[in-house]
Amino acid sequence: MTGLLPAHEQDWYEASARERIAGLLDPGSFVEVLGPEQRAMSPHLAQFDLTGAFDDGLVVGRGLLDGKAVLIAAQEGRFLGGAFGEVHGAKLVGLLRAARDGAKEGGPQSVLLLLDTGGVRLQEANVGELAISEIIRAIVEARIAGIAVIALVGGRSGAFGGGGIVTACCSRIVVSEHARISVSGPEVIETNKGVEEFDSKDRALVWRVTGGRTRRLTGGADRYVKGRVQDFRDAAIALVEKAPPLTIATLQAEQRRLAERLRLYGDAKDAPEIWEKAGLSDPTHMADLTDDQFLALPMPKEADHDAR
Amino acid sequence: MATWHKQRDERQRRLEAAGRLATGKIVHAGDTKSLFEAVIRPGDRVCLEGDNQKQADFFAEVLAGVDKSIVHDLHIVQSGIVLQAHLDLFERGIARKLDFSYSGPQGAAIARALSAGKIELGAIHTYIELYARYFMDLTPNVALLAAVCADRDGNLYTGPNTEDTPTIVEATAFKSGIVIAQVNKIVDKVPRVDIPGDRVDFVVEADRPFYVEPLFTRDPANVTEGQILMAMMAIKGIYAEYGVKRLNHGIGFPTAAIELLLPTYGERLGLKGKIATTWALNPHPTLIPAIESGWVEQIHCFGSEVGMDDYMAARSDVYFTGHDGSLRSNRMMCQNAGLYACDMFIGSTLQIDLAGNSSTVTPGRIAGFGGAPNMGADSHGRRHPTDPWLKAGREASDGPAALTRGRKLVVQVLETFGEKMVPNFVEKLDSLELAEKLNLELAPVMIYGDDVTHIVTEEGIANLLLCRGPAEREQAIRGVAGFTDVGRGRDRAAVEALRQRGIIRRPEDLGIEILDANRQLLAAHSIEDLVTWSGGLYRPPSKFRNW
Amino acid sequence: MEKIEVRGTAKRRVPGTSLRAITGVSASGNLEVLVERVMPDRECMVEVTTAVAGFGDIWRAVIEEFFERGAPGGLRFSINDGGARPDTVTLRLMQGVRLMETTK
Repeated sequence: MTGLLPAHEQDWYEASARERIAGLLDPGSFVEVLGPEQRAMSPHLAQFDLTGAFDDGLVVGRGLLDGKAVLIAAQEGRFLGGAFGEVHGAKLVGLLRAARDGAKEGGPQSVLLLLDTGGVRLQEANVGELAISEIIRAIVEARIAGIAVIALVGGRSGAFGGGGIVTACCSRIVVSEHARISVSGPEVIETNKGVEEFDSKDRALVWRVTGGRTRRLTGGADRYVKGRVQDFRDAAIALVEKAPPLTIATLQAEQRRLAERLRLYGDAKDAPEIWEKAGLSDPTHMADLTDDQFLALPMPKEADHDAR
Repeated sequence: MATWHKQRDERQRRLEAAGRLATGKIVHAGDTKSLFEAVIRPGDRVCLEGDNQKQADFFAEVLAGVDKSIVHDLHIVQSGIVLQAHLDLFERGIARKLDFSYSGPQGAAIARALSAGKIELGAIHTYIELYARYFMDLTPNVALLAAVCADRDGNLYTGPNTEDTPTIVEATAFKSGIVIAQVNKIVDKVPRVDIPGDRVDFVVEADRPFYVEPLFTRDPANVTEGQILMAMMAIKGIYAEYGVKRLNHGIGFPTAAIELLLPTYGERLGLKGKIATTWALNPHPTLIPAIESGWVEQIHCFGSEVGMDDYMAARSDVYFTGHDGSLRSNRMMCQNAGLYACDMFIGSTLQIDLAGNSSTVTPGRIAGFGGAPNMGADSHGRRHPTDPWLKAGREASDGPAALTRGRKLVVQVLETFGEKMVPNFVEKLDSLELAEKLNLELAPVMIYGDDVTHIVTEEGIANLLLCRGPAEREQAIRGVAGFTDVGRGRDRAAVEALRQRGIIRRPEDLGIEILDANRQLLAAHSIEDLVTWSGGLYRPPSKFRNW
Repeated sequence: MEKIEVRGTAKRRVPGTSLRAITGVSASGNLEVLVERVMPDRECMVEVTTAVAGFGDIWRAVIEEFFERGAPGGLRFSINDGGARPDTVTLRLMQGVRLMETTK
């Protein structure tokens, strides 16, 4: 969008939802559905004296990724922390159902979810929770129909709450260092369990536990990328074709993998303990590595699996 | 018969009084209170070293706890009143009179203590102004220093945070005063001798390292698009226009934005090597990308910055370092460099009036001055010519004249509104009200309007050099004051006329693409990016880490 | 919540063929501007929905100044404001015009 940097050169973390889409897809190929001019806005926010957004914080549509048709959705992490509300959720459900319905009829074979969310909006809590359930169901149905659903996480709001669960339901997950993925956010844990359990102000702790590097090392993400939009694009291109189908065998493999993870690391108090047990050479300085150094690390075997 | 060595005799008596406490020059930390009670006399002028960065905090706490029947009515002459213990000195009556330069976090407490009559205020100074008075009418009787380490002969290593120490020691030791240093450690051999041992009388190994405040760390994550737009205007409309190579930056976000735009926007304008090569500047982490991109030839520092030491040690072509490898800062020397050898100062302020006077005083706070007034002042003693200095001088004068002198560029960069929609442009500075309330003879003004050459806001640049007369200046200032009451009170026709003459320039007049005013333009978006730029050599304090 | 609508006349139609553009974000201290080419060539309009009530006169001053400076003929600007300062508003409006001129 700026004259200085082409869209794909931009920093993912800094870019808006629309800028991410512009750089991720083939130039000029994006066609938005239910765009801001339609003004499909939240009917709930005004009573809380909050201004809405013309697209309710979610951009959806279709386009081309390396010449292949895809459906795409991007959350704007700066609008209400990217949180799910009624309209926002309905747009995403509709997109996923369109993918499912088109799967056998020559429609796009993949959906890209650019997640950037703190979870469900407090102001639309009930409809937001319902939306999460519908989204999860829609992802499962799309995957059963053979659609690859790729999550890309690296925005300022991470993927928390229902957004963390939605991420985990995807066929493949791409993260950058900025990505934080979890169900209960750091502040929520601190509020409920006390600062001794989790100090949400300790940024290093938050990243050690929920950050992109930890998620990649423990198999919670399939690709770790540097922070440019182009890096996410490259990973998405590599992953869309190879996503496994969702079958009973896949679920059983995932169950085995998680049980094994619990057995190996269940008593670990902090991420470096896990890394040490996993055989990484310098677990305490994981955060100090550059992206290139991190990418050059030999990954523990649980990082790569075909169970998702 | 007249004696001409009363001061030496007095010094000798005090040293003898303290003699039983010392082994050679070493005094045990637990005996510090007794040491102070032995060598400090009522009414003494005392410099308790502390500025905006490093603090002799162990000594400050001990001094605040001395027996006040022995030590009282001190006259404190030091750069910074920053710690709670500094205020305690006055609350307890150990000190009565104060001459200082900077207060920062204690600004409100000082104003309260003044109102309550606990402090008898001499004056609020700029740094070098106070140092100057150390050699005239404010020479300390006792100096209490902070250093990294000392050997048994009293040689001190002050390390990257040398700052004020050599100046304080010079004034005290050579006028029969007593010099005592708190050190983090006593060692067999210091890495380098910053202060020769024969100027130091006593050394105390403190129970903790002296405190250093990270004052110059600005997180790129907090730079706004408005600040980026101002930075673009400043680079294109001032740095490039005048070809400014030698300069000083303030510590605000707008100047941090400029630092972060040099390797991107500046590079695109083809300005590398033509601007911003030579600096009198604290170690701003936000300058790392420009340094790493080859923009910067040389930087002399007033002080150090927490986390920057390894980086600077590894960049000795850029920074001044000792033969031990670590940074050598010196506030006196660097202030002097800023005063006489910088062609431009650019910094932010909190309030600016219709004549261009600026102040950082807000109601009920006396923040002091630090060094900004010297950086932001034209030095009438300067005689060497440079292109930017001469160009500014020509703009300020009418027509060709054989004796046209140059001018330092003094640029104020500020947003029209501050936090909570408080206007930064005002008819009357809060400082004047404060001066009336506290009975100050002189209202604190950071930079006087007659020194200011340019004002940069989101709305544009006002070139005050080209203004003729106070009425034109006022309209030029109103013309960049945005939607504040001052801005809305402009004479629109007059402002348009000033724009036609190039006295006011808008982004579009400067050919600035407004879509570029985007955070993507920053060379670093986070503290972590700065660490990456530095190759891992910059180690930010944990409060700035977000990973 | 407060709604403000200001209409104006412009000296010229904003060049370009794009029908709409969107810039900024509806967030605290920020604003979202949706620009649509739906007005007659010499007319323009800004409609604001803001979370922060009581700054109507500043909004009108900002918008009128923008009409004069930006000459955004043919455009309607719809704003969702989260309490942006006037300078940010001007920046976003100018960015909106530039996007209409430069993007396809």
